[in-house]
Amino acid sequence: MSLLEVAGVHTYYGNIHALKGISLAVEAGEIVTLIGANGAGKSTTLKTISGLLRPREGAVHLEGTDLLREPAHEIVRRGIVHVPEGRRIFARLSVRDNLAAGAITRDDKAGVAADMEMVYETFPRLRERRRQAGGTLSGGEQQMLAIGRGLMGKPRVLLLDEPSMGLAPILVEEIFDIIRRLNGDQGVTILLVEQNALAALDVADRGYVLETGAIRLEGPAAELRTNPEVIEAYLGG
Amino acid sequence: MPWSRRLRRLHPTDVIMGIVGASVIAVVLYGSYETLRSGRYDGTDWFSFLVAGLTQGSIYALIALGYTLVYGILRMINFAHGEIFTAGAMTTFYLATWLSGKGWLTADRLGSAAGARVLGTIVLLIVFSALISSIVAVVLERVAYRPLRGAPRLIPLITAIGASFFLQYTLRGLYGSGIRPYPDVSVLNRELTFGGGYSIAMDEVVVIGSAFVLMLALVAFVQGTRTGMAMRAVAEDRQAAALMGIDVDRTIATTFAVGGALAGAAGVLYALLFRQTQFFMGFIPGLKAFTAAVLGGIGNIPGAMLGGLFLGIAESIGPFLFLEGLGIPSPNQLKDAIAFTMLVLVLIFRPTGILGERVSKRA
Repeated sequence: MSLLEVAGVHTYYGNIHALKGISLAVEAGEIVTLIGANGAGKSTTLKTISGLLRPREGAVHLEGTDLLREPAHEIVRRGIVHVPEGRRIFARLSVRDNLAAGAITRDDKAGVAADMEMVYETFPRLRERRRQAGGTLSGGEQQMLAIGRGLMGKPRVLLLDEPSMGLAPILVEEIFDIIRRLNGDQGVTILLVEQNALAALDVADRGYVLETGAIRLEGPAAELRTNPEVIEAYLGG
Repeated sequence: MPWSRRLRRLHPTDVIMGIVGASVIAVVLYGSYETLRSGRYDGTDWFSFLVAGLTQGSIYALIALGYTLVYGILRMINFAHGEIFTAGAMTTFYLATWLSGKGWLTADRLGSAAGARVLGTIVLLIVFSALISSIVAVVLERVAYRPLRGAPRLIPLITAIGASFFLQYTLRGLYGSGIRPYPDVSVLNRELTFGGGYSIAMDEVVVIGSAFVLMLALVAFVQGTRTGMAMRAVAEDRQAAALMGIDVDRTIATTFAVGGALAGAAGVLYALLFRQTQFFMGFIPGLKAFTAAVLGGIGNIPGAMLGGLFLGIAESIGPFLFLEGLGIPSPNQLKDAIAFTMLVLVLIFRPTGILGERVSKRA
């Protein structure tokens, strides 16, 4: 049984058929990436998994438990944490309060304190700015805060939506480095949605290529990187 | 930019509004100057105006907090909030009358055991009223506002006005349309004197003190508890809050409950001060508190407190300070005019209020 399994999901925006039967699986300890053009349905897939959108058909299972009827806030408690596109940090809350908000469902005070320490170790700049309002951080720092806030929920699967969006190239590199470290050192399972297909396939174990709401290709990241179709369409070959 | 170019950019309405603002300031300054020159009031008079203003203002502040909490989280003005205040005060009337009949509101002085029982009874009345108002607010949210979540903003606003009438006439049906006199707590009519003619009435001490404690409790709740954190998170970004595992609907209901509780508490304080309740009693205080919330910057908690106190003081001192100097007979009748003139001026010159930030950033 896979950790996270999405089977035949159809999601609509009003009458627009956005996901046309998406199926994918994430194993524990993996980084899996979803790549594809704008509007292919990458973010929609993540929103469907985290419960922000309701599919009309299909199933989402976490370790065999059906999540489809659960509201978004309940899915977080089950261990799927979604770091949304555009970071969506709480601009008026301090950095520390943003992180605390990420752990709001947890009752183990000691564990929360330890995880906050871990986040500060991973992102030393957040520790320096812990008393500052989230909105005063730079774009890269906000992304780190968004990821750190996600980690505070003790995710079994972390859904990352476009973490490199709008960042300077040097920061993009740093973010991908962090993703690799989170997975390698701390064993966080990650489902990563990215426009930057090359970088995403670099860090990922496996990948899925989405096209207009359906999965076009799937396979080990290394294979997708050398696939001529992928190179042609997404890697600027 | 050179002055000539800046002048050319000035829109005619800006000029007119500038003139309006300047004339208001001129009238206030001239009136105050005349009053102060005449020496009609001495220091003790001003002190008692100030205390009366603070007393009235702390009631406004408590009600204003309800407007601001709900606005902060839903971007909606709950125009039925004045009726939530009434619901608590009127229902508590029966408890107060019953307890008064048992002698629980009678004492010779506050320092005695009977006096302690009077204070305890007042706390009980406040808690009871807060509970009633809180329930009304939560039911209102569940029945009237939650189904409209996601509807265009005008729709819940109209619903709120409808809900306000509905509650007013429900209360009228339940409790009748007459004025019901609250039991007189005669021990609170005593005055605390400081010498030199300065004094404060005990009921003013009780009102200001209770309001202060409630406001401290609110700040501690919002800043220091998990639910308070959830409220702040939902106020900023509902969807992101849901992604943190926060139950958004429950948090919104809690916000209504807290705002309602403060209004209910304010209802008892108001009744202690004015000794009467009526189904219509919440209308003007509700509008005033809304003014106070806008004055302080709607959505902003310290703003609502400051706005309420400021409005209360302006209303209390204003008529004597600058209207009397202008030779206006019975200036005290014009305090509502002062309050609503302030609302209009704030909306024109500083729509964000005293402590508010720019709304456009978030819209």
